[in-house]
Amino acid sequence: MLQQAGGFTHAGSGRRTPSWQDAVAVAVVLAAIVLLGTAARQAMAPFAATHAADISLAPAALPLYTLRTVFRMLAALALSVAFTFGYATLAAKSRRAEMVLIPLLDVLQSVPVLGYLSFTVMFFVSAFPGSQLGPELAAIFAIFTSQAWNMTFSFYQSLRMVPHDLDEASRSFRDSAWQRFWHLEVPFAMPGLIWNTMMSVSGGWFFVVAAEAISVGDLQIALPGVGSYVARAIGARDLGAVGWAIVAMSGAILLCDQLLFAPLVAWCEKFRFEQTAAQAAPRSWVAALFHRSGAFRALHARVADALQQAAGARLELPPRVPRLSLPALPRRMGDALWLLAVVLTIAWLAARFLHFVQASLTWGDLAVVAGNGGLTLLRVLLLVALACAIWVPIGVSIGLRPKLTAVVQPVAQFLAAFPANLLFPLAVFLIVRLRVDPKIWLSPLMILGTQWYILFNVIAGASAFPSDLREAAASLRLSSVRWWTRVILPGVFPYLVTGAITASGGAWNASIVAEAVSWGPTRLDAGGLGAYIARMTEAGDYPRIALGIAVMSVLVVAVNRFLWRPLYAFAERRTRLD
Amino acid sequence: MSAAILDLQRVCMAYQRSSGAPLEVLRDIDLEVARGEIVGLLGRSGSGKSTLLRIAAGLVRPTRGEVLYRGEHLTGPAPGIAVVFQTFALYPWLTVQRNVELGLDALRLPAAETRRRALAAIDLIGLDGFQSAYPRELSGGMRQRVGFARAIVGDPALLLMDEPFSALDVLTAETLRTDFIDLWIERKLPIEGMLLVTHNIEEAVLMCDRILILASRPGPIAAQVPVTLPHPRDRFSAAFHAVVEEIYAGLTSRLADSIGKGGGLGQLLPQVSINRLNGFMEMLSSSAFGGHCELARLARALALKANELLPIAAALHILEFAELRDVSIQLTAAGRVYAAGGTDERKRLFREHLLRFVPLAAHVCQVLEERGDHRAPRERFELELQDHLSHEDAERTLHVLIDWGRYAELFAYHARSRTFVRSTPGP
Repeated sequence: MLQQAGGFTHAGSGRRTPSWQDAVAVAVVLAAIVLLGTAARQAMAPFAATHAADISLAPAALPLYTLRTVFRMLAALALSVAFTFGYATLAAKSRRAEMVLIPLLDVLQSVPVLGYLSFTVMFFVSAFPGSQLGPELAAIFAIFTSQAWNMTFSFYQSLRMVPHDLDEASRSFRDSAWQRFWHLEVPFAMPGLIWNTMMSVSGGWFFVVAAEAISVGDLQIALPGVGSYVARAIGARDLGAVGWAIVAMSGAILLCDQLLFAPLVAWCEKFRFEQTAAQAAPRSWVAALFHRSGAFRALHARVADALQQAAGARLELPPRVPRLSLPALPRRMGDALWLLAVVLTIAWLAARFLHFVQASLTWGDLAVVAGNGGLTLLRVLLLVALACAIWVPIGVSIGLRPKLTAVVQPVAQFLAAFPANLLFPLAVFLIVRLRVDPKIWLSPLMILGTQWYILFNVIAGASAFPSDLREAAASLRLSSVRWWTRVILPGVFPYLVTGAITASGGAWNASIVAEAVSWGPTRLDAGGLGAYIARMTEAGDYPRIALGIAVMSVLVVAVNRFLWRPLYAFAERRTRLD
Repeated sequence: MSAAILDLQRVCMAYQRSSGAPLEVLRDIDLEVARGEIVGLLGRSGSGKSTLLRIAAGLVRPTRGEVLYRGEHLTGPAPGIAVVFQTFALYPWLTVQRNVELGLDALRLPAAETRRRALAAIDLIGLDGFQSAYPRELSGGMRQRVGFARAIVGDPALLLMDEPFSALDVLTAETLRTDFIDLWIERKLPIEGMLLVTHNIEEAVLMCDRILILASRPGPIAAQVPVTLPHPRDRFSAAFHAVVEEIYAGLTSRLADSIGKGGGLGQLLPQVSINRLNGFMEMLSSSAFGGHCELARLARALALKANELLPIAAALHILEFAELRDVSIQLTAAGRVYAAGGTDERKRLFREHLLRFVPLAAHVCQVLEERGDHRAPRERFELELQDHLSHEDAERTLHVLIDWGRYAELFAYHARSRTFVRSTPGP
């Protein structure tokens, strides 16, 4: 399948005259290289300009800051892709690895990224003393952890679902594992992976903004970027600067979408396995530009050839050492030993953790954290319910009108990608001004950024609602109560649950930056587990941070297990027709 | 006031396309369903018959013309009109009973009465015992029975059926059809009239009292065939066969007209793959047929429906591999050589005929020849075609041309860059 990447190789590669498309294509490529190179070189600079005071609030400084932010995002993305290929492949190929890796992934997904930022910052700063690389890597790592898990899950699931006939064909060609991977597995998984990558990046902007400016105990870090710019603006109570940051970030997100994801989505269309033609094939002006540029086509052919050779190399593992044929040691026994090893490792890690927290924690701490956790849990559930109540009717009425959907859907996706923490200062400013109760009015900030997932999933669900079922409802002249309860709500329910899961996951993460905020010297604290973790991070109280994260992870896992999973399974079972 | 239950007068329908130009699907259709009558509506796919049914149901408003239901203007879905859908349109999250009960929702009956009537309909249609099942647990035939039960539970006066049996296999469709006709003949249904949309000629002849044939291009009803055979109808009787032949004759004569031979770039290419053409010609040239056969017989022998058979016949007619005459088709001399030939021989013949009889193919080749780099974007031809054809027809025609041209090795086409490239002589 990957061969098609070089589809132009045989198409008349004779003399060509340069066209305007060539010029533009070359300019785009060069600009991208130069810009990313600049950002990368600055990231290697000595640990100097990383204090909040050194961040300039001049709007002119913003483009460069934005570039640095984008660079962090892309670096984390590359890391996530590499991790995905390795981790998911291992999990899909080895049964024993799978037994450990998949549950582990499940837990990792539930750990609040911003919670353990303090740990990773300390780790990377001490690993690269005196270099800006340390905090830089910590930020990139934070973004990576926000992106990698769902990409890995998607890739793993695709690997498990490679159609039987293609698998057998590949075996009959006697492809090596390396060839199989590039010829069959990666192409097959591509559409799902690209979609999940887009979702990851969309969620990632939030974390890149939050991870740039952080203070752990005495250590204060402000990496040049949009996040630090906003942090500095908050300190200086400069509402105008916040506005500029919002503009810069919007530009960056739109550009990333147009220059990176739109062409990718158009490109990965050819990997779709469904034989039926899609309603409308996605198009991208950037992709079209490159297709039409003759010079780029020639270059592309070369690169595609080289990649093809690399993918086609057999790279066979040395013939396996003949297995010790021990019929006395059956599979069961091996599994048991493996499980024992895993359990022992977990026990050892748990003991280490207890030892770490025991010295400074009491049962009273656990009670405080549990109480705070309950408060945040209540907030998350209420907010998700509230967001559903607001966005479901709106989403349904938009989704049933194709023209409106075409306009609103990209906006909703943009809003979901936009880091809501950039908007926090505006809300805080208002709360301070109007003197309203922060315990109530800070709560909506938790779902400010992720409620859009509910909206755009409901829109997607309503616009995918089968037209024959709509016509049947119209022809039966159902009352409006019946229409909502028997027809459209069950119809969009799976989409609603998908959106709500994302929204709730995001809200837990956001609680760490939303429950405790500041505006200049004014500090607002809404209580709850997020505020607790934020306070302890600022104080550099590691045992209590760890306790907070652990409790939050447990809560997230519990909500997933006992609420979202059953709901999703129910929704899926109900709407399936075969 | 007319005695008809349904009366469509000069109905026209055009959709607004994104490009702005309207796409006409129906023009000046007059149609009447009288009391106690089943009317069949036959037409090729894309002839707008489903749209017509939706207009009759009040689901779609026509751009022009009148729709009278029991003598009154129809402005939307009305009481007494029920629809059976090709795709069944059952709600997967509701049980059989709940699905059927939705058919009574508009009547605002007490819960007990709703339940009683729903169960009665389920019983009547042969679904007893399945009321608590979900649609996914049922076979296709049983699902469509739910569709029928839901449609008749409210005692409609007019039943509209949109290809109700076409998603079912032959045996299941036959059983369901027979059961339903039995209910109708035994007067167990209070229905006053029915409109059946189908592309299956035999089905129409089996069920209907009157069959209307839609033209393939928007225009008034092309022909009307009354069916006076008594029920139950025997599909193997000579009289039955005669009616089917008559309808085929009507369809093919219009087919030959609509092909518009030598029509330049405005020629509409039928949606037929090379494999189908090859298989059909091999079959027709075999000793079973000897290169000549009536279409109705051929359809039965090959188990093809009329809407599948006619495009193949049309394609062969255009390429002059066969000739359509009245109700039969005959291979030409070239067609016989083609059917007997090997791959290379076939490709050579196909290339020659494609260039000679399909002006668009010759045009594409000429453009590629004249251009310096021997490539041309698809948009170029799309725009040219749209001077003669609707956007959709232009897309379809290009799609077929690409398939045929690739087989004939007249040119290559790159889907990703959407360009035609002159094919270089093979190694």
